[in-house]
Amino acid sequence: MEHFPMEHFPILSIITFLPLLGVVFILLTKGENADRNARNAALWVTIFTFLASLYLWFNFDKTTAGFQFQENVSWLGDKINYRMGIDGISILFIMLTTFIMPIVILTGWDSVKTRVKEYLIAFLILETLMIGVFSALDIVLFYLFFEGGLIPMFLIIGVWGGKNRVYATYKLFLYTLLGSVLMLLALLYMYFKAGTTDIPTLMQYNFDPSAQIWLFLAFFASFAVKIPMWPVHTWLPDAHVQAPTAGSVILAWILLKMGGYGFLRFSLPMFPVASEELAWLIYTLSVIAIIYTSLVALMQTDMKKMIAYSSVAHMGFVTLGIFTFNTQGIEGAIMVMVAHGFVASALFLCVGVIYDRLHTREIARYGGLTNIMPRYALIFMFFTMASVGLPGTGNFVGEILVLIGLFKANIWAAFLATTGLILSASYMLWMYRKVMFGKLIKPDLKAMLDISRREIIIFTPLVVLTLWMGIYPSAFLDFIHVSVANLITHHQAALALVTDAVAH
Amino acid sequence: MTETMFPDLAPASGEILMAIGALLLLMIGAFRGNKSTGFISLLAVGLMIVTLFLTVTWAKTPSYTFGDMFVADRFTSIMKLMVLVASALSVIMSLQYFRDEKEERFEYPILLVLATLGMMVMVSANNLMTLYMGLELQSLSLYVLAAFRRDSALSTEAGLKYFVLGALSSGILLFGSSLVYGFTGSTDFTVIGQTIAHAGAHGVNIGVIIGMVFILAGIAFKISAVPFHMWAPDVYQGAPTPVTAFFAVAPKIAALALLVRVLYVPFADLASSWTQVIVFMSLASMVLGAVAAIVQTNIKRLMAYSSIGHVGYALVGLAAHSVAGIRGLIIYLAIYLVMNIGTFACILSMRRKDGMVEEISDLAGLAQTRPGMATALAVFMFSLAGIPPLAGFWAKWYVFKAVIATAVANPAATDYGLIALAIIGIVASVAGAYYYLNVVKVMFFDPPTGEFVAQRSGNLAAIMGIGAALLILFLLPQVNGPLLDYARMAAASLIS
Repeated sequence: MEHFPMEHFPILSIITFLPLLGVVFILLTKGENADRNARNAALWVTIFTFLASLYLWFNFDKTTAGFQFQENVSWLGDKINYRMGIDGISILFIMLTTFIMPIVILTGWDSVKTRVKEYLIAFLILETLMIGVFSALDIVLFYLFFEGGLIPMFLIIGVWGGKNRVYATYKLFLYTLLGSVLMLLALLYMYFKAGTTDIPTLMQYNFDPSAQIWLFLAFFASFAVKIPMWPVHTWLPDAHVQAPTAGSVILAWILLKMGGYGFLRFSLPMFPVASEELAWLIYTLSVIAIIYTSLVALMQTDMKKMIAYSSVAHMGFVTLGIFTFNTQGIEGAIMVMVAHGFVASALFLCVGVIYDRLHTREIARYGGLTNIMPRYALIFMFFTMASVGLPGTGNFVGEILVLIGLFKANIWAAFLATTGLILSASYMLWMYRKVMFGKLIKPDLKAMLDISRREIIIFTPLVVLTLWMGIYPSAFLDFIHVSVANLITHHQAALALVTDAVAH
Repeated sequence: MTETMFPDLAPASGEILMAIGALLLLMIGAFRGNKSTGFISLLAVGLMIVTLFLTVTWAKTPSYTFGDMFVADRFTSIMKLMVLVASALSVIMSLQYFRDEKEERFEYPILLVLATLGMMVMVSANNLMTLYMGLELQSLSLYVLAAFRRDSALSTEAGLKYFVLGALSSGILLFGSSLVYGFTGSTDFTVIGQTIAHAGAHGVNIGVIIGMVFILAGIAFKISAVPFHMWAPDVYQGAPTPVTAFFAVAPKIAALALLVRVLYVPFADLASSWTQVIVFMSLASMVLGAVAAIVQTNIKRLMAYSSIGHVGYALVGLAAHSVAGIRGLIIYLAIYLVMNIGTFACILSMRRKDGMVEEISDLAGLAQTRPGMATALAVFMFSLAGIPPLAGFWAKWYVFKAVIATAVANPAATDYGLIALAIIGIVASVAGAYYYLNVVKVMFFDPPTGEFVAQRSGNLAAIMGIGAALLILFLLPQVNGPLLDYARMAAASLIS
């Protein structure tokens, strides 16, 4: 068995479990200022977590595809270990998570007034679980974090959500649980075939091609629901619409990415043959997702619902990119995921801003907001353009890379996917026009205030990052180059092995 | 074993102590009356704790006594440990309830001690006669316990129903035993096992198999596995709540222990026959437990269906037919014990000013009125649903792990539908999650409708708190390590 000496202190575990410290602080707060103290505790803990994760960002070795900052401790016996470690792909997602959490806490600062402590505790626990998902190098550990996230999410939507929250949160919970339990069985099967639950070892293990198909489908059930792909995407619009703003942000920012991450971490390296053989399925579903959900988005009257459908369309690009099996496609997919994190979250925050003031998300209830909220209009405009994929923003980089990769892999899929871009421009611009332009005739709108300082603090980093990604994507791409190249080499080697076996 | 000699009492010392203790407690009760109930309850708990230390041995080799009718090994130790813990906690949980209901009667703890004694004998049975003796001692005490609130129509009905169906199942079991005795010529588990082994799997007389199936059916009644589950919801609902808490855990553990021994000692060589039966019962229990619970509004009925489902999951371990499977079953039962006792501690705290309530809707808004209890109950519900990282997930993990291991190692075993069992079982757990979530939903999402009276004894709160903490911390090696190790040793001691 491989042995990895631990040369450094367990930084990954510290980052992962630091938010739980915040939970302890919050539980200790008492008295009349309890809510304010709890908010402060949560904010500071998330900021500290982010600062701690910067250590990873600066000390990460971009020249190797191996897993870094590893920790390996015996855990359950039977070769199931507590193993953590990150590569170029996971570090991006960890940074995303730690970065967004202070923003998420700030989002609910004023708007959440009931059961503040529980609200913050749920988010802090969720942060631990999300970081854990991306740093786990043992598949059982991964599953634990992956599934565990359902509990806080269930409560967040159910307690602090909108009118129809119970239905939405049940749907979210049961859909994702059903997908995951099938993955659990596949995981057990792999454990007994390969004799280990260690992710790097499993990546090297060549499963029997016929078994791969079943394993792939079982994992697919879980990730396709999570990402989500058409036709199992229907939980997403409900969950997004009913979730409190901060919950929507987390959903768009990280939870959806878990599916994409799962495809990259498990499906592609562990089941290369099945991935190749079932790529047609992914292409079909993704193309349908892009076109169909874009059309559906056109018909929405609720802002959050429209953005939710556009998320599904964007995730279609992600799955397309991943299953091109070439550098541009996969790197593009990762970029779309990251950029979508910034942009979709920002859009949900934008909706949150006016929702906090008027308590409706109906597009028709608004109009002419440019007249009274110029600063807000500018920010909303920026993110609308970013979502459409305007050059200079992160989305553009991701989508263009995916399309380049896709043209190499399958011209028809590329052609159809491109139409999605046009559709996305039409619904986003339509919404923007309806909400922002025109005459300010509705009387209750006139009293609306432009965004506050707290809201500007929330949006600034998102604007900066979106621009940074669009103008200088290398800052992000440099992290993933080696890991993606390694993924592709390994994928092709595994395929060659099978082709050889068939030839002989 | 022909010469008459005084049997070695050491292996059965725990049972002997329990028997003497029960009689002594009865004397105290007879002379001092119902006002001594609290005192007797405490003595009963003490008795169980002492017995626990007497019984639990980790001797490597099993010891037999009473002419091989009684066995004590690591497997019986861990099972008795669980039974005694469950019983002792049930006594503790009942104290406040009967005081509040003004139904204090000293017979209650004594009957519980006697039932526990019966269970211990069941666990240690190595002979069809010991088996029946233990089972009947247990059942007779339980019938009385179910009808303990004799002025309540529901309770009386529960007792009667339980008695009639229980008697029927005992009859079936007895009939099966006589068939087995008739065709193998012995009531001793080891001898039956050898006789069947000599005959070979196919040469064995069909009468033995029929007898075995009857015995299985009889035991299935006791663990309320589908299709012998019909009594459970009514009895759970009708019996006084502390009795339900007791029913849900201790007798199930004892009967499952008995089932394991019956299948692995006398009928080990008939595995190809009984695996099908177990797979069917397991599947049916998991599915029915998940589906039928959805429409329940009474939390005790809900727990009845929940326990039917959980028995199904425990049987998955048995279907795996391996040491790992039995280990999974033991782990499952240990975690099930914590989850159920914890949940019932919450149910026993559901008291309004005008008495106990047991509708799920009565829990509305509990997160606001009693956040601590709501959190604990939410932990129990998520754990029962099997959501990681809570212990309920690990319980399912170990049984499914065992069944997949068997299926992978031995593809021929897929004839028994082990893969199908795993898939359907795990999908049923998603359906089951729905109704556990419903309890959480009512507590956390709905507005409060009324308040429960404050807890007057710290017992229930302590049980809730410790139970919830155990379920959360189970993933730490320091917490799960001992259970995993002892479960492995206990399982290995049974199959040698």
